[in-house]
Amino acid sequence: MELEYLTTGGIIAESLSRFIPVWIALAVTLVGGWFVRDRLSTFGRLYGSPVGLAGITLVLFWVFTALFADMIAVLEAREVAFLMKKAQPGGIDPQSGIAFLWGGDNLGRDVFSRVVYGSRVVLIIAPAATLIAYMVGITLGLPAGYNGGWIDSVLSFVANLVLAFPVILLFYLLVTPEIRALQYDTWLLGWMGVGWSIPRAMAAFFFLFPILFLTIMWFTKYEKNRTRLLTYGGITALVGFWIYFGIAFGWEPKIGEIPLNLALDPNELNVFAAVVFASSPGVFRIVRGLTMDIKTRDYVAAAQTRGERPWYIMLWEILPNARGPLIVDACLRIGYTTILLGTLGFFGLGLEPESPDWGSMINHGRQFVRLASTAHMALFPALALMLLVLGLNLMADGLREESLKD
Amino acid sequence: MLIFILKRLGVIALSMVCLTLVVFYMVNLDPNLEKIAKTQGSMRMTDAEVESWLERNGYREPFLEQYGSWLVNFVQGDMGDSLRFQKPVEEVMPERLGYTGILMFWVMLVMVPGALIIGVLAGMREGSTLDRSLSVASITSTSAPEYVTGILFTVIFASTLGWFKGIASTREITFENFTLPVLTMSIYGMGYIARMTRASMAEVMTSQYIRTARLKGMAFRQVVLKHALRNALIAPFTVIMLQFPWLLTGVVIVEAMFNYKGFGWLLVRAAENNDIDLLLACSCVAVVVVLLTQLISDIGYAYLNPRIRVR
Repeated sequence: MELEYLTTGGIIAESLSRFIPVWIALAVTLVGGWFVRDRLSTFGRLYGSPVGLAGITLVLFWVFTALFADMIAVLEAREVAFLMKKAQPGGIDPQSGIAFLWGGDNLGRDVFSRVVYGSRVVLIIAPAATLIAYMVGITLGLPAGYNGGWIDSVLSFVANLVLAFPVILLFYLLVTPEIRALQYDTWLLGWMGVGWSIPRAMAAFFFLFPILFLTIMWFTKYEKNRTRLLTYGGITALVGFWIYFGIAFGWEPKIGEIPLNLALDPNELNVFAAVVFASSPGVFRIVRGLTMDIKTRDYVAAAQTRGERPWYIMLWEILPNARGPLIVDACLRIGYTTILLGTLGFFGLGLEPESPDWGSMINHGRQFVRLASTAHMALFPALALMLLVLGLNLMADGLREESLKD
Repeated sequence: MLIFILKRLGVIALSMVCLTLVVFYMVNLDPNLEKIAKTQGSMRMTDAEVESWLERNGYREPFLEQYGSWLVNFVQGDMGDSLRFQKPVEEVMPERLGYTGILMFWVMLVMVPGALIIGVLAGMREGSTLDRSLSVASITSTSAPEYVTGILFTVIFASTLGWFKGIASTREITFENFTLPVLTMSIYGMGYIARMTRASMAEVMTSQYIRTARLKGMAFRQVVLKHALRNALIAPFTVIMLQFPWLLTGVVIVEAMFNYKGFGWLLVRAAENNDIDLLLACSCVAVVVVLLTQLISDIGYAYLNPRIRVR
């Protein structure tokens, strides 16, 4: 059966108009941000650099796309239209009258809607994994750089070990259905209802660091101020352990009828833990290097003379002064994590095959890429991924340029 | 210096033992062994049959004993047998490494000079239009991983224009089928090396001796070529050597994408079939490449820059 097609101009116009919520949100944020740019410190200064502004616009575009995905996408990510198998971009589904702007894939799913929903998967996992990797890297990198000695030697050896291991081999060993399925029956099974598995053990180890980091932070700052220490420490412990047990152990608590469920799908947990594992050593190395540099400064010597404890100096003297390079690195690293996620998807590891994340879509479409008529299946997710990473890299470049102006 | 190198070689050996131990543990987990038993025996084996198969083939010996015997054999040059290819690993491996070597040779040939030229051009006049446009171009290239550029190039040059082929065969290496894989791999690393070269070049251009050379009336071209270049190329050297771990991932992606049967292809086959000996050999090769290039970069850096003293 012959399909009706939109013209190229029609596809572009229709694509632009479907993103209307994003354009409005972008305009509001960027214009609003311009008025309060003086109060936004580092990020406010991005308005002075065209490159940085272009970067943040691209990043915000995907952030808003992920937020408003339900309004933008016309179909569900897994919804199948039988007549639209391998449809060219701009084809109109005769059954529903919906235009498949970026074509249909080989199962008849709308590539446009899948790319839009895919931004959700990517923009949740990549920044969250980077955040946790940062907590791990900071909590271990600060003492390694500050104290040196055997702590430094051991931690650096382990970090270099992980870095020397090819990422792809790491993923092939860690992110497989076999590894996920392997459950050890121990006391944990009786207690939490789930057994230990390798991804769960990794998650349980890595996700402890954010709580550890915040607790040390409050303790060093408010050691003498009991009420504050108890308030902040209490909130951290309560929220922290709720998230911790929810994500790492699939705990599903309820208050009355309201479920407070954070449990991740085992696939997602596995991907999450593997990505954190792969990117923490990099953060560790950067934090360690910066700490070794900053600990020779006068204000650190002053704090030492005052008799401050090492952890206070690390967290409240050294860390704030390392924030410039760390923010730049964080932007780059979110992009790098996005690439890692894409690599996982490209090899069909991790997330389930129907998942609309961009890497899986590229993997799915790459067998059809050699024919011009079916190339769109992999082309659009590839462009989407590239634009997001490009945005993050441009933003990092803008931030670095602006911070060098001081 | 000799003590430094020996120490580093010791660390490399220790790293190898640690990493192979981890890989050995992972591939010998129960579900992975079951997979081997079922692909080697038959898919319809019962649990008891799987168990007896594993028992018979020595997979149920104590873990450290198995690892020890593998290690002893490996050190003596016997890497074991590949289950997937039914051949000793020593026969499978060199052929594939050779193919990847050819690919890497061309990648290096395109990537390194290209990156250095872009970096030097951008860095010699910091803030100029040329600098800005080249910088944005290199940021764009670092934003597109191999699986994105590979798709883009295939769509543009192979599917639409039909200039090159989207498949690279190991049997015949021609301009037509080798251009796309080489371009795909070099573009991603090129941006990164170019940015490092640019930063290093820009720093050198602000130094005193460059100003002196300019003030004594030397032509700009001469200053760049004779004075700046030499010092500006020290930092990129390290960066190029440290690119190897990334290139390795790139090799796996590019070989999968263009169906080029080299080392990356072998690694994926080994991992998918849980081919224990082959996988261990592959990881050893990968880790040795990474650690040796790190060592070379450290030694080279000390050699090129006399201000750095190796402790």
